[in-house]
Amino acid sequence: MSKDIRIKKGLDLKLKGEAEKNVTASTRSKVYAIKPSDFHGVTPKMVVKEGAKVKAGEVIFYSKSDEAVKFVSPVSGTIQEIVRGEKRVILAIKIAAESQDTFVEHSKKNPKDLDEKQVKEMLLASGCWPFIKQRPYDVIANSAETPKAIFVSGLNSAPLAGDLNFMLADKKEMLAAGFAALTKLTSGKVHLTVAPNADFIPTVEGLEVHKGSGKHPVGLVSTQIAAIDPINKGERVWVIQIEDVAIIGELFMTGKANFERTVALTGAGFENPSYVKAIIGAQIADVVAGNLKEGNYRVISGDVLTGDKKSKEDFLGFYHSQITAIPEGDDYDFFGWNLPRPNKFSVYRAGMFSFLTPGKKYNLNTNTNGEHRGFVLTGEYEKVCPLDIYPMQLLKAILVKDIDQMEALGIYEVAPEDFALTEFVDVSKQDHQRIVRQGLDLMIKEVG
Amino acid sequence: MSLKQNLHNLKLKYQGTKMEQTFNALHTFLYMPNNTTHSGAHVRDAADLKRVMNTVIMAMVPVLIFGMFNAGYQYNGQINGFENLAFLSWDNFVVGLEKILPLLIVSYGVGLGIEFIFATVKKHEVEEGYLVTGMLVPLVVPIDLPLWMLAVAVAFGVIIGKELFGGTGMNVLNPALTIRAFLFFNWAAFMSGDKIWVHGAIDGIKKANGVDAISGETVLGTLAANKHVGYSAYDMFMGFIPGSVGETSTFLILLGAAWLLFAGIGSARIMISAVIGALVMGLIFNGIVDAGVITESSKFYSLMHFPFWQHLLIGGIAFGIVFMATDPVTASQTNTGKIIYGFLIGLFSILIRVFNPAYPEGVMMAILLMNVFAPTIDHYVVQANVKRRMKRLKLKTA
Repeated sequence: MSKDIRIKKGLDLKLKGEAEKNVTASTRSKVYAIKPSDFHGVTPKMVVKEGAKVKAGEVIFYSKSDEAVKFVSPVSGTIQEIVRGEKRVILAIKIAAESQDTFVEHSKKNPKDLDEKQVKEMLLASGCWPFIKQRPYDVIANSAETPKAIFVSGLNSAPLAGDLNFMLADKKEMLAAGFAALTKLTSGKVHLTVAPNADFIPTVEGLEVHKGSGKHPVGLVSTQIAAIDPINKGERVWVIQIEDVAIIGELFMTGKANFERTVALTGAGFENPSYVKAIIGAQIADVVAGNLKEGNYRVISGDVLTGDKKSKEDFLGFYHSQITAIPEGDDYDFFGWNLPRPNKFSVYRAGMFSFLTPGKKYNLNTNTNGEHRGFVLTGEYEKVCPLDIYPMQLLKAILVKDIDQMEALGIYEVAPEDFALTEFVDVSKQDHQRIVRQGLDLMIKEVG
Repeated sequence: MSLKQNLHNLKLKYQGTKMEQTFNALHTFLYMPNNTTHSGAHVRDAADLKRVMNTVIMAMVPVLIFGMFNAGYQYNGQINGFENLAFLSWDNFVVGLEKILPLLIVSYGVGLGIEFIFATVKKHEVEEGYLVTGMLVPLVVPIDLPLWMLAVAVAFGVIIGKELFGGTGMNVLNPALTIRAFLFFNWAAFMSGDKIWVHGAIDGIKKANGVDAISGETVLGTLAANKHVGYSAYDMFMGFIPGSVGETSTFLILLGAAWLLFAGIGSARIMISAVIGALVMGLIFNGIVDAGVITESSKFYSLMHFPFWQHLLIGGIAFGIVFMATDPVTASQTNTGKIIYGFLIGLFSILIRVFNPAYPEGVMMAILLMNVFAPTIDHYVVQANVKRRMKRLKLKTA
């Protein structure tokens, strides 16, 4: 039974630099990298050494806690360097790419003919498994479990996020194959939530399609799960991004794990915000080449609310289909705390007049606009949080490490990204997403 | 080098020294700091706690200025007669300024001084909470309050009422009301009665016939003594009556309330439900009188008989509801809780006002009492959410 999800609470941040609908191929990077930090909670065990030759799709490490979960090289080439940090923690595995990719060939299969075990084996062997994350906890799914349902958001509501109709235009067949594979993995249903104007919806048996509309965070999968079939204690659901469903579909159709994405280059830091084709792990400098403006800009892999800060020498994140560039805000602002600031945005009307121009697009910078303080204002987080939880009470329960209270207040239903908007509107400038991540990690450790 | 660069260099120089917190407090007053986001959302709302607190202070400025005029108006009126006395005159303003400015300076000086010391010792930034408290305090005390008493009370309120709980955001009781309650219970003669609400009354300036030249009685005092109230509803609404410095003008308080609500900072839930609570209690008392349960001989007659809606115009109830009950730290924090919390404040304010002859204003006690119960209210509101979650789980497993 499909549902209409309408979100009234929330906030659409309107920023300058929406991507224009044209796509170019980015230059092939000399170096690609896979960073274990993209996979929260995974401790890598290496299977290749520096200098080894690898094909695209060849395993380079696996997860220490779940050995079946393997991570592969996105391109063919030579392992150039295993970058280590403090206590020899692996920070990145750099791969010097060949000019052409040779792929590890898996046999083509029609997912409809396979059972759960065979689909799992294919996903695990190909390195596509890490695309599947589990809720609660927002970590890579445990390959030994069967979830009660799988949720896919086919709706981008984050600031400046790419247009899925455009990004998935030529991937309908792959989506059909990908969803067919996903339906094998759960005893329940696979739920896809899309915008009312979506034109990429595949017809797959066992796939339930819902329409979502309203403000951000309607596109976040937690919002959709809460509206469709909320998570209860002890339950597991899996989530996967729709772009990655297409990658999985392509894997079954061609036998190759092709980690190429259509990436939206967005934000005021780009000369021509537009789309490029790039492979996961590509060096940012190559993806944004010739397009990034000169000056003091922050490059973010992902969107401005949840993405990761990157330097140009860094690499495109495993889960990201967007790169955003916005000005750094590392400057003082004379009486910036009380004078009206027409170039900044505020949900409050405290000497700020952004409410007069609801359609205006802003060029926001990375300044925190104030210092860290204790929680003071109340009732503001609720206005941007459509989930049936009390955000501040949950954050406080996490800060005092009260596990029973965290559970009672709904920690199983949230991921850090769900607290990006509460973090944005917080006048006390607390790091909500970091706090929620700590809370989830504590729950993994104590409850599992 | 520019001021900006000079201050930046000084900031680096003081980093890690004892001067750090003090310097940063002054520096961030002049300049919004150059901090950038490190984790989580890369962009943030333009408003910070300073902006929020500043908005609240701005809401109180009209009340403060009115209080200065009114102080002089009441004083000059009692000496020379109210006939032909202009309200907005320089003479009136100077009387108020001379008395109220020192209150303001002592309030901020002592309070912020303690905040700076605590910030330095505990090595955290100086928080903005006291900027509002410091403004509230002079507005809720009688004009002739000795400054040393104010200083002692502020020190108590900030240290015991706030810092011992962990500072801004952690206190259970509203700091300004803690300070006022401290004053009230220590020096009741200076905080209640009919001698203190107009400048000069406490000094007992006598007329030639030996009668006190100045009577410093509030409308509430008059009512509690079952005497006739000589002010029109218009006077009471506009605030041309004796009382604490900032409490008299319901009109300007409503203006402040409108500003706070417009800014999205004051809680409409608390304000409206508190007004309803007060009206309900007033109606009940009016009803008791109408039903003939008590007669004019009762000592509660005047207060109970007083038109229910006019209760909102006199005493500190309007000021308390708008500026003190809405303090987000000490109020209920859930939306449903705020409605209950506000309603009970209104209810208890009038209840205490009518039944406590020793102290005919109830809003301070009502708010402090509800401050204590706010976490309990929130607990039960949040439990409803928790129970919903439990029920969902039970349905699943059943």
